[in-house]
Amino acid sequence: MNAICCIARVPDTATRIKIAGDGRSIDPEGVQYVINPYDEFALEAAIQFKEQHEGELLVIHVGDGDFSKDLRQCLAKGADRAIQLKPSAPVGPHGISALIAEKVASLLPATVFCGKQAVDGDVGGTGIMLAGALGVPAVAKVSSLEFTDTGATCTREIEGGTETLETTFPCVLTFEKGANEPRRAGLKEIMAAKKKPLDVEEVTAPDPKLEILSLQLPPPRPEGRIVGEGKESVPELVRLLREEAKVL
Amino acid sequence: MSGICVILEQRGGDVKRASIEALAEALRQRSAIGGGVTAILMGSDMATAAEQLKSSGADKIVVFDRGDLAHYSTEGYRSCAVQAIQASGATAVFIAATVQGRDLAPSLAGGAALDAGYAADCTDVEVDGGRVIATRPVYAGKATVKVACNSATFVLSLRPNVFDASLTGGGEAVIESADPPFTEGDVGTHVTSISDDAGGSRDVAEADVVVSGGRGVGGPEGFATIQALAEALDGAVGASRAVVDLGWRPHAEQVGQTGKVVSPKLYVACGISGAIQHLAGMRTSKVIVAVNKDAEAPIFKVADYGIVGDLFEVVPALTEAIGQLED
Repeated sequence: MNAICCIARVPDTATRIKIAGDGRSIDPEGVQYVINPYDEFALEAAIQFKEQHEGELLVIHVGDGDFSKDLRQCLAKGADRAIQLKPSAPVGPHGISALIAEKVASLLPATVFCGKQAVDGDVGGTGIMLAGALGVPAVAKVSSLEFTDTGATCTREIEGGTETLETTFPCVLTFEKGANEPRRAGLKEIMAAKKKPLDVEEVTAPDPKLEILSLQLPPPRPEGRIVGEGKESVPELVRLLREEAKVL
Repeated sequence: MSGICVILEQRGGDVKRASIEALAEALRQRSAIGGGVTAILMGSDMATAAEQLKSSGADKIVVFDRGDLAHYSTEGYRSCAVQAIQASGATAVFIAATVQGRDLAPSLAGGAALDAGYAADCTDVEVDGGRVIATRPVYAGKATVKVACNSATFVLSLRPNVFDASLTGGGEAVIESADPPFTEGDVGTHVTSISDDAGGSRDVAEADVVVSGGRGVGGPEGFATIQALAEALDGAVGASRAVVDLGWRPHAEQVGQTGKVVSPKLYVACGISGAIQHLAGMRTSKVIVAVNKDAEAPIFKVADYGIVGDLFEVVPALTEAIGQLED
């Protein structure tokens, strides 16, 4: 069975967000873009899937930035080919999942691997919506995965506990951090990846479901204070927490 | 066509507090959005739960009660919810942004189901001239976005512990029982077991008090000091990304952009310098205390109260002082 891994391009988590002049997007000046951290775990799981199931592993990215270096990384780690779809306008999870579903139709049946959410929009929509579009089940937030003969046993964290689920392939799996140990590509693989196909295609963006009205920075926290140095300051801290902050 | 549907989450017949918050918010927005409020309850043996909601203020409670709804499945719950939402004609759907809610909501909104707009993890809902506007954090809270919906239906998951849970009450809801429209073959995923966390350790995202340790804790064994303070405060242990990546603590405890976003009443950061991705995950805490050797650490910029010093002296002294308070 084929495997598809969806990769998002996001600002590095060390980024200090600045709002652009339009008041609805971030200022990209000085922002370093990286592979969405959760997608690293999805890619590793997809490579392991490919190692156990015959078929092709396609890495797919929707976005208009320059992402070829990162997509080559994915090829070096074990993907067979990569596609970047450049939409004619910005798209959210609805648009991304619709574009991917349309593009991968010829590869089906395929099991799809995604990060649980992209760390920019924090929606957690693409993978689940893609499952709906492909008409396959989804398991979101997978924190550990074991392949079975016909599918997989997954665990995920829920409030105050852990849930174990069984799913059949094909399906969509979205990954939590720590689900596996993402591999590093060796020099030989990096060289070989240069010959693997990486296609960039321009596509028409579907109409957006949401309208962004404004993007704002949260109000700054009021200036705090240093109570003192060392354990001698503990009684004063306790007094402040009780009498001023009223949290004890 | 108008009205609000609220999808309630229950475990063992107890409706979750976060779902009550979503219902309460729907009741507050009822007149602005127009139409009625329909609560949707799915599970097994739901009669008592439905009865308890009769005087909540909702206009109608649609109950899907069948043995195979005892455990959540995306496909099963989705088919029930879609049927009830379409029958009600609702233009807004509220659901608690729990793990289950954040699975179900995008699945409902996606193309094959309602073809609706979806705003995740909302922290505010307002209605402007009949148009629902959702406020939600992005970049783990480094920014907030306001969005409106271009589709006929708008699905919103609401962040737990943000919306007031007081129900307006009044009137008596009509309880309507409905047949789940799916069969066994429609469901591709099955929950085989649920285990509660061993030792009753508290979820860092749900605790009122969080005591977190960073690289300054020095190693996994140093976390005994953090744990002791967390216990004295009846709170949960949190961790910085650095110590999770080093393998000192499990990822479930990570606070920050690739971990959990927390807003407890009290957050105590011990030996955490305050990297920007960590600050994003805890800056909405009501009160922040920082203990760090380095007076220049960025954590002191967001802390309400800071102590500069060795955490292995300060934290045990704090643990002891708190123990004495409660005696």
